[in-house]
Amino acid sequence: MELVAKARAGNRRALARLITLVEAGDAQAQTALAALYPYTGHAHIVGVTGAPGTGKSTLVTQLALHWRSLGRTVAVLAVDPTSPFSGGAILGDRIRMQSLGGDSGCYIRSMASRGSLGGLSRATGDAVKVLDAAGFDIVIVETVGAGQAEVEIAREAHSVVVVEVPGMGDDIQAIKAGILEIADVFVVNKADREGVERTVRQLQMMLHLGSGEHRDGWEPPIVQTVSNTGKNIAEAAAAVERHFEHLKNNNLLELRERERIEREWKMIMRESLLRQLLQRLEPQQYEQLLNHMAERQLDPYAAAKQAIETVLELS
Amino acid sequence: MERPIRVLVAKPGLDGHDRGAKVIARALRDAGMEVIYTGLQQTPQMIVEAALQEDVDCIGLSILSGAHMTLLPKITTMLRENDGADILVVAGGIISDEDAAILRNEHGIAGIFGPGSSTHAIIDFIREHVQRSSVEG
Repeated sequence: MELVAKARAGNRRALARLITLVEAGDAQAQTALAALYPYTGHAHIVGVTGAPGTGKSTLVTQLALHWRSLGRTVAVLAVDPTSPFSGGAILGDRIRMQSLGGDSGCYIRSMASRGSLGGLSRATGDAVKVLDAAGFDIVIVETVGAGQAEVEIAREAHSVVVVEVPGMGDDIQAIKAGILEIADVFVVNKADREGVERTVRQLQMMLHLGSGEHRDGWEPPIVQTVSNTGKNIAEAAAAVERHFEHLKNNNLLELRERERIEREWKMIMRESLLRQLLQRLEPQQYEQLLNHMAERQLDPYAAAKQAIETVLELS
Repeated sequence: MERPIRVLVAKPGLDGHDRGAKVIARALRDAGMEVIYTGLQQTPQMIVEAALQEDVDCIGLSILSGAHMTLLPKITTMLRENDGADILVVAGGIISDEDAAILRNEHGIAGIFGPGSSTHAIIDFIREHVQRSSVEG
């Protein structure tokens, strides 16, 4: 595929086109992904997530600038929510990423969450593959840590940075949010604000509340940063890199990749099976089953069983 | 499924007034478009770079400073030079009829919307004029 060759040769327009293509997820996207896939598996994929207003975009910008200063190429995928009503979205992360402009070693792409949970992680995962195949050393995926979908996306990264700020809710909020378990590195941003010690203490407590065993034998470090001034950005970047080294040195990277690929494969099969099933189901029968469920004559499990059995008998 | 139209809304030049741009961004979002908003005081280079990286179908420029005759042609020229001539460019702001005619006829600004333009007119114009160029591979 010509676009793939061009993108790999550094053509940014081709790269941008490829992302549009895989985001749409149609047959053409599959051709593109097949051509890209052999070149993937080299980038360090870093997820950055946290509540709105924690300064994620500014932190991502600073991390990217830091890694650029070390000569490494960086791509940023900034995911923002789609309006559930209109299907449109306002993607504003670039406003805070201006200082990354005019650098050919850096690429920023905004992405709207569009459809479903599964759809989002598929589209993001595929966009990451494009950026990985295009040869970026580091791919940063930034998501608002406000829902399950975002947590899922962050989970797909090699290293997950969870951003907190002082004075946002009590410690129970931190447990509820459900993003603490996925963190490989904690960044307490805006650390020049009051209450930073308390936030750090609470995080430390949370980390030791559990079974005492840390995932992968790695205790997530807590780094205090001030993104606006660049304070401790190098430390945060170093923590992320140390985590990646830890994965590599303990054969965990291969394991994680295998698990991720397995999840992805199963998800694709699930989506594909459902699509094929629905294609083969007679529209009348589909309506009938739906009506029976709405009238409470049939429960969804029985209806699913009936639909599947009908299609299997036909084939 | 139709993919949403992607629009970059940008403010070139030095004026610090972006209420209009924000109203447009919101209206386009409510019309089902994906709007990339890049904020104030953008240089033509920044705007073109963002448009190409984001692979947008349309660029909407809001300009109130009076510098439109220098900044807008720079943007369309840079787009042409960078393989982005297929991107629809529209502008809004305080632009005289004479200037508007020159920008339209000589500089590839497809649509120009003055004060009081309805957001519906802008949305319809974008929908009609974007080239949903299929991606050739």
